[in-house]
Amino acid sequence: MTQHIDSVKAYVGVFIALIILTFTTVYVSQLELGEFHIIVALLIAFIKASLVAWIFMGVRHSSKMTRLFVVAGLLWLGIMMLITFGDYTTRIWDYTPQPWSQKPTVGGVH
Amino acid sequence: MAETIVPVGHEPVGHEPPPEVTHLRHHFATTEQQLDASMLGMWTFLITEVLFFGGMFTAYAVYRFMYPAAFASTSVYMDVWLGGINTAVLICSSLTMAMAVRSAQLSRERPLVLFLILTMIFGTIFLVIKYIEWHSKWVEHLVPGFNFQYNEAPQYTHHAQILFFLYFCMTGMHALHMIVGLGLLTYLLIQAIRKVFTAYYFTPVEMIGLYWHFVDIVWIFLFPLLYLIGYHHPK
Repeated sequence: MTQHIDSVKAYVGVFIALIILTFTTVYVSQLELGEFHIIVALLIAFIKASLVAWIFMGVRHSSKMTRLFVVAGLLWLGIMMLITFGDYTTRIWDYTPQPWSQKPTVGGVH
Repeated sequence: MAETIVPVGHEPVGHEPPPEVTHLRHHFATTEQQLDASMLGMWTFLITEVLFFGGMFTAYAVYRFMYPAAFASTSVYMDVWLGGINTAVLICSSLTMAMAVRSAQLSRERPLVLFLILTMIFGTIFLVIKYIEWHSKWVEHLVPGFNFQYNEAPQYTHHAQILFFLYFCMTGMHALHMIVGLGLLTYLLIQAIRKVFTAYYFTPVEMIGLYWHFVDIVWIFLFPLLYLIGYHHPK
């Protein structure tokens, strides 16, 4: 087996990057970013998670099959979120009749 | 020591170590194939875990989308310092876990034991801090269903309760995974002291390492989503 043993330098480098990103996410959360607040927070979290997966979990040395599984997992998570939000963001909670949503009437009979 | 280790699979023909050392099962052709199979199985399990936590993250996202102001109002009660320290503690434990796997890959027995103990210490520190946080939530009457009182913004009492319900579910499930992880690390430690793991066989260390890093990743998302919502809004 071709064993891939990462250097201590790589691990410590990722560790330092993760600590810096943790400080960054706390700092950024105090800024007035409005709607972008959550986007920046999730972006930093995604970068941190990718670093852990890529280096600490050794995805960079893993087989293509394993990588396919990792990507498939994220894809399935995306499907769950997308379809759930497809429902919640389009559901009409306070129903107000619109002109185009009236039932067509023919000769006064429904 | 390390310099005498021949990379697995590169031994001269006829000099492969015996099955007692490689733990090669008869249905696998090589140790490489065996490790690849284990890796794929572990990742498959982790993906079920992604979807398990993903369900709770989806619930969180839906309710935050529906009640953004109520969710932001809860950040007054979130201890960003303790949450931040716990994030750092978990990152430290991930580093020591990665170093433990590396030690096993290099057949370094003493560093392996040392790094496993360090990982367990960091994991325990995390759980102790978690306990302090939960206890202060209980004292402040923030446990939904038991003693919930929301004096900060009474108009949000109902919807803030949803956030605290999610907070206890998500950090609780995460803490449960940490406890399971500590149990697995105890098993690894005993095996490591018995000198079971070598460069030829370190699969359990690698697998439990993957699990530990996954639990770290869950926390990486929990921290900003639970502790830093509306932190920018001054109290």
